[in-house]
Amino acid sequence: MTSFGVTKLVAAKDLRIELRSRVLLNQVLPFAAITMVLFAFALDQDDLLVRVAPGLAWLASLFSMLVVVQRSFAVEAGDGALDALRTAGVPAQGIYFGKAAALALQLLVLETLLFLAAFVLYSSRFEGAGVVLLITSALAASCGLGLVGTLYGGLTTGTKGRESLLPLLLLPVVAPVLIGATRATEAALGVGRISMQEGWAWVALLVTYALLFGIGGSIGFGPLVDDTA
Amino acid sequence: METDPVVQLVDVVAVLDRFPALAGATLTVRRGEIVLLTGPNGAGKTTLLRLCAGLLPPARGTASVLGLDLVEHREAVRSRVGLLGHSNGLYTDLTVAENVGFWGATVGASDDEISGALSRMALADRLRNVPVRKLSAGQRRRTALACLIARRAELWLLDEPHAGLDAAGRDELDAVLRAASSAAATMIVASHELERAGALATRIVEVAGGQISSKGHGHIRGQESGTT
Repeated sequence: MTSFGVTKLVAAKDLRIELRSRVLLNQVLPFAAITMVLFAFALDQDDLLVRVAPGLAWLASLFSMLVVVQRSFAVEAGDGALDALRTAGVPAQGIYFGKAAALALQLLVLETLLFLAAFVLYSSRFEGAGVVLLITSALAASCGLGLVGTLYGGLTTGTKGRESLLPLLLLPVVAPVLIGATRATEAALGVGRISMQEGWAWVALLVTYALLFGIGGSIGFGPLVDDTA
Repeated sequence: METDPVVQLVDVVAVLDRFPALAGATLTVRRGEIVLLTGPNGAGKTTLLRLCAGLLPPARGTASVLGLDLVEHREAVRSRVGLLGHSNGLYTDLTVAENVGFWGATVGASDDEISGALSRMALADRLRNVPVRKLSAGQRRRTALACLIARRAELWLLDEPHAGLDAAGRDELDAVLRAASSAAATMIVASHELERAGALATRIVEVAGGQISSKGHGHIRGQESGTT
């Protein structure tokens, strides 16, 4: 089977498992929602909340992503499925992009709900001109996070203490996404001093980040999971 | 009648963590044979299976599986061989049919092939739509074997297949392995259960100190297969 075929197969399998287990709905979303509410309590000033809302929403996304990545690889490690896939000679690139696509889609759903929560909790305003920028930045950031999350999830799967190792390794690496996505969202929402043009420059950074991890991950994922299996 | 060898190892050395886990192993397995590997822990049985699965390159000697050299064509060997170790490689949130369908889809198996794999492992009816997490250990092992059939594995490498199963599960597994062997699957089985696994085997090979030290014939099946 081609790598593209494996990508579709693995993505469909991961999404089916998520629909069946509802971890995103029952565990990740409540966690993200509580994080957003706590931010609102901690920064109890309307002006300040409106200004920092994009950063808070993306920060909540990143924390929630850790749970989604750990879950994505827990289902592979539970009964040795990832090891079995590699043992069976299933192309590593297909596995990598399939898992990344499923992860990105779940993150996109999560981000949509988090931004809706931000509008309600933080009284954020939304202007029509920023719609395309907001959607594009969310898409690019989700792709980047999906790709880097899958790479680091594969790296830590099968290792002792992976629950604490994954955040330690992953959070510093996703800092560019946090910065880029926050700035682009600020531009889209018209908060801060970021112009629309600058917002698109940050989107370019997010796209570059996703491309770099897409290329690096497609090369490195196979040897990484083979070594840790 | 002699058939082409499925596995041919000549004076193979395999190294694990700088330690020679196989030290000059020579073995030939022909199509349709069920070879039982016996020997103490650390003798090299699992290493032999991993080598045949294309997961470990030979450091010395010549080794081929399904006519493919294990140095040059390890990836191709992997896709045609099924290794079942201590874990089953299943997704516990998916049903039996979804798991078998997923593994079959990795090689483009048709719906008929997947249904056939479920039928051969007696999973086509009651258990078909049951999530794997609700199955017993024996039923999970049967599901894993159905996945091997669905993905058209030509050589089955089974590492302690009876481990973790109760008496009923072991009997169940023996029945499906017997059925699979009658369909001309070639198997190498590493097991400490000489009596039980020996009843299935056409040939018994003893591994000790990384070498194949003795060979004999399986008892119950009574098929006289060629020894190397």
